[in-house]
Amino acid sequence: MKLLSYITIITVGFILIIVNQTDVTNYNTVQDKVLQESIKRGNDVYADFCITCHLDSGEGVKNTFPPLANSDYLKTNRESSIKGLKYGLKGKITVNGKVYNSYMAPQGLGNDEIADVMNYINHSWGNTYGEIVTEEEVAKIKK
Amino acid sequence: MKQYKLILAMCFITTLACAQVQQKESSVKAEAPTTINYTTEVVVSELNIPWGMVFMPDGSMLITEKTGELIHFKDGKKTEIQGLPEIYLRGQGGLLDIELHPDYANNGWIYMSHASADGEGDGGNTAIIRAKLNGNTLTDVERLYKAGPNSRRGQHFGSRIEFDDDGYLYFSVGDRGSRDVNPQDITKDCGKIYRLNDDGSIPKDNPFVDTPNAKTAIYSYGHRNPQGMVKHPETGKIWVHEHGPRGGDEINIIQKGKNFGWPVISYGINYSGTIFTEITEKKGMQQPLFYWVPSIAPSGMTFITSDIYPDWKGNLLAGSLKFEYVERLVLKDNKVVKREKLLEGMGRVRNVRQGPDGYIYAALEGVGIVKIVPNK
Repeated sequence: MKLLSYITIITVGFILIIVNQTDVTNYNTVQDKVLQESIKRGNDVYADFCITCHLDSGEGVKNTFPPLANSDYLKTNRESSIKGLKYGLKGKITVNGKVYNSYMAPQGLGNDEIADVMNYINHSWGNTYGEIVTEEEVAKIKK
Repeated sequence: MKQYKLILAMCFITTLACAQVQQKESSVKAEAPTTINYTTEVVVSELNIPWGMVFMPDGSMLITEKTGELIHFKDGKKTEIQGLPEIYLRGQGGLLDIELHPDYANNGWIYMSHASADGEGDGGNTAIIRAKLNGNTLTDVERLYKAGPNSRRGQHFGSRIEFDDDGYLYFSVGDRGSRDVNPQDITKDCGKIYRLNDDGSIPKDNPFVDTPNAKTAIYSYGHRNPQGMVKHPETGKIWVHEHGPRGGDEINIIQKGKNFGWPVISYGINYSGTIFTEITEKKGMQQPLFYWVPSIAPSGMTFITSDIYPDWKGNLLAGSLKFEYVERLVLKDNKVVKREKLLEGMGRVRNVRQGPDGYIYAALEGVGIVKIVPNK
């Protein structure tokens, strides 16, 4: 009888673990799918609004347009990066130890488009920068 | 035998891969000047994107900021002019070029280009307006042209304005990012140079006035995104430069009814490095006077005619957005024989013009407007 109890407990335990794991996996898949779709839309935004200056592989142009690929600025300044896309970015910024002093005009993008293109940039060319950027997060960022 | 085939196949693939990125560089390369015989003076400070500028008869200036402000700069002071129509701000679109009527002193007409959301479709497209300046307000605002349909794409509004010696008004509209739809189709706007009378009516001898369904304001077609336009001081012809994609920026002399080839022929490739056309020449399509590979991203264009720069007289200047310099192009029999970088590293050059005082003015993004002053 004691043995049966043990077996039951262990079995229930296993089931719980499995169910739990499935839940986690499902959750990740959903999140991942949302991110992947956002990245895909972001690719189109990038090709339309960003590529002329920051180029196809996010490498930028020496001394003029800072790189987006492997950029410490993007990695550590999530809010200012979003703010820059939303309202423009003027003055000195340091990217990978190099000072850029120029002006990026606001592109007139919607909050959804800014979220998408941020997700594209944050997950392209080897970048893996942080959590998904959402439309709500962009909406909250003020000038 | 098998190995031999494999090597052959590999050679073939390698050749293909190389062919994708092989581009013929410009025949003449841009050089740094050997001696710098000039300095610069900041004339107007603190501007963001000074897209267009004109010099008024009283020595003041009108400056367009892309974000939609028209600035009157007089006696060292900036005043914002009211009364602009609604400006559509997206991507490369906004308040763009400005030009005075050749007889401005008598009729007061000021011409401007801007992106507008009016008309058919979601998004915006290039509009040409004219207006008069009364105090600090624009009055008598008239719209002369609006390209359509609207598009949400951010690219290629064109928008430079110029008048020729007969008083015709020319302006450019870029392909609006629809490369394979607009530029080669004269029944559609975009990817074109247009010619109008100064009141916006269509000249009777425009090239496509008798072509069914054609946009009759079109003067030439097959353009990508012209952002430099200037009348040649001697021939009176309209010179234009335009952005290519990755490589393939061009200088062209505009001719009536001619096809300038975009995107059927081009010296450029896609931003990704892949090709969109195999050919650079085709019968019935004009060759550029000059092409830039790599691209300099040219914006603004002027001829030097003044005696202030004796060594530079007759040269063409073009701004480079990408490499932050003003390019001085020495021409001989309509061929570029020398290229030199001026004002290197001062800022992205959006516009360059010779003022009525004979000095060269360059509009730099994030900096303002500077004047080139020769050393004594």
